[in-house]
Order: sequence, then structure tokens, then C-alpha cells
Amino acid sequence: MTLGLDLFTVLAVSAGCLFFIAGTVGLLRFPDTLTRLHALTKADNLGLGLVVLGLLPQSAGMLGALKLVCVWLIAQVSSAVVSQLIAGAIRDKGHES
Amino acid sequence: MSPATIFDIGLAVLVLGVAAWTILVRDTFAAVVSFVVYGLLVALVWVRLSAVDVALTEAAIGSGVTGMLLLGAAARLRPAEAGATPPSALICASAAGLCTLIAMGLAATTLILPDPAPTLAPAAMAGLPASGLGNPVTGVLFVYRALDTLLEKVVLVLALVGVWSLAADEEWGGTPEISATRQPDGILTFLAQLLPPVGIVLAIYMFWVGADHPGGAFQGGALLTAMWLLVLMAGVRTAPATGLVALRLVIVAGPVIFLAIGFAGFAWADGFLSYPAGYAKPLIVIAEAALTLSIGVTLGLLALGPPARIDRQ
Repeated sequence: MTLGLDLFTVLAVSAGCLFFIAGTVGLLRFPDTLTRLHALTKADNLGLGLVVLGLLPQSAGMLGALKLVCVWLIAQVSSAVVSQLIAGAIRDKGHES
Repeated sequence: MSPATIFDIGLAVLVLGVAAWTILVRDTFAAVVSFVVYGLLVALVWVRLSAVDVALTEAAIGSGVTGMLLLGAAARLRPAEAGATPPSALICASAAGLCTLIAMGLAATTLILPDPAPTLAPAAMAGLPASGLGNPVTGVLFVYRALDTLLEKVVLVLALVGVWSLAADEEWGGTPEISATRQPDGILTFLAQLLPPVGIVLAIYMFWVGADHPGGAFQGGALLTAMWLLVLMAGVRTAPATGLVALRLVIVAGPVIFLAIGFAGFAWADGFLSYPAGYAKPLIVIAEAALTLSIGVTLGLLALGPPARIDRQ
């Protein structure tokens, strides 16, 4: 049972890291701000989500797990809002990279 | 080499790289953003050194609030910067020389420490149970070195007076200017309505948990500041007039209550800032609660800047 949970953690956290790497590559390689934002949100939402999901079995009790989920939720809300604000600022300024 | 060592080396290289970029980049705004990133990375370094209290403070104050202050300063400087002449080569060279000297001095003093370094940690841990606290950092801040903590809070109030005194005479007691984006159905308004309840609960948790775990008044206060500034920037509420008596009472409440507890020490214990046996923890919690609120409001007002207009009733 413990082995199964550990395996799940390794798989989920690795998948999360993959999304972070993909997001970083996108941030560096994509041509303009809007597509770069798109790359960032993948790292924030899916990457962090998978890392948190993977760490849930390892957390100290229900309270620890709840804190981890809270971290993910707050990061979700702030990244969504910040992306919207940056995208809005770009739209107001006119299209440029 | 263990994975942890590789991670630490990578982190150190990253911190140095971002630090160099912060100094070298020409644009003030880019330098400030880079400084915020630097602060967050340094917070990670503190976590690696098992100093979670310092890491929280670095992230909240060193990176968050200071970053906010510097962003405000950068925005104010922008009109003046375009026509400014860069400092002469002599000034640049002497500044670089002095900074290098300080860095080398710090590095030398760190490296010549005997191994293991002299420490008061065992003595601090031995005296901790008497205070009823579980977090040695809070013990140092509110029991062993309470005077330093008290003076630190007074300095914060003095800093605010310093910022306010930049206002013109006729604007004294007026309202600080803040560029709010008033869009009732905008995303920032949504966040300013959604996040503060969560943030306030987190701030109270942060201060409450500080007695036994990493956390405390400064970290909680910085969170309150962030929530308040968010509400102000979204235009959900307007900034208060700095002349309001209630506002000024909140600013001094923390230091005054802490000072009162300190003086009461003459009557109920051995002297200034000493606590009666068995009552140390409740008194510290009372002082910290008041300080959290005062710090939150003071840091927010520091970020808002000097009063810029008078609202006539």
C-alpha cells in the first residue's frame, strides 16, 4: 500500500515537473506576450496541481493535505487574475510583443 | 553529490545571477521586478537553512512590501529619470568599491568563524518552556530581546511620520493618492472581493501559530497590508484621510500596548518588559495581536505614500 502511494507520488510530481518545464520552455520560446501567458498558466494550474496531488498521500494528516490544496487554490486564483490583468493591459496598449 | 547539494548549488548560482541582473539592468522597473524575484529566491535559501521564520519575513517584507514600495518609487521617478544625467564614473566606481568591500568583509567574518560556530541556541531552548512558547524565534523576539522588537515597531511608526512629512503643508492630514482602477465588473474587483476574507483568516492564523511554529506579527501584518492594498487598488474602498484619529490610534496601538505591558513589568515582575510567571504567553499574544494590526496598517500607509489631497467635507 505504501509502495503504491509512493509510486503515485513519484509519477504525479514528475508529471507536474514536466508541465513546469514545458511552461518554462514556452515562456522562453513563444513569440508574444499572450502566448507566453498561455504557457505560464499551464505551469501554474496543471504543474502545481499535479505536484500537490502527488504530495497529498505524503502529507501529515488531513490538515496538512487541506493546507496543500489551499496553496494550489490560492495560486490558481492569483495566476488566473494576473493573467487576465496582463492580457487586458496588452489589449489596451495595442498588440505588441 | 546528493540531490540536495545539487539543488543548493543551483539555488546559490540563481541568487547570484539575479542579484547581478538587479544591479546591471538599466531600467528601474526591471530592476525592481528583479529585486522581488531575488527576495523570493533568498526566502528559498532561508528555507534550505531551516530558518522558516526568516524565510516568511523575507518573502513578505523583503520581497513583497519592499517590492511594493520600490514599485511606487519607480513610478514616481519615471518623469524625472528621462532627462537625468547618469552618475559620473568616479561615483559608480566608489559605490562599487564600497559594496565590494562590505561583501568581502561579511564573507570574511562568516568564513573565519570557528567550526562549530559559537551559538546561544541551547541556552535559548533551555529557557523557552518557562515562557510557555514553542517557537524559539518568537521566544527571542518577545522574551530575550523584547526591547529590540519594541524599538523596531517604534521605528516603523517613525518611518511613517517621515513619509507623511513629505506632504505639502496644506495637504497635512489629507488622503494619499492611489491610482485605483474602478471597474465594477473587472477582474481586479472580483479578486478584491474574493481574497480579503481568506487573507484575513490567513493573517490571523499566521500570527496565532507564531507562538509555537514559524509565523508571527510581521508576517501576519504584511498579509493584512496586501489585502488592504488590493482592496484600495481595485477601488472597492477609498484610502482613509491620514488625519483620522481612529486611524492614528490603530497605528500606535501595537507599540503602546507593548510598551504598557513592558512598564507593567515593574509592578508585576522583575522590571521593564519582564512577564509574571505563568502569564508570559497570554501577554505576548495580546501584544502580538495589537502589533499585527498596527503593522498591517502602517505598512499599507507607507506604500500609499504621503497625503496628496484634502477631502473637504
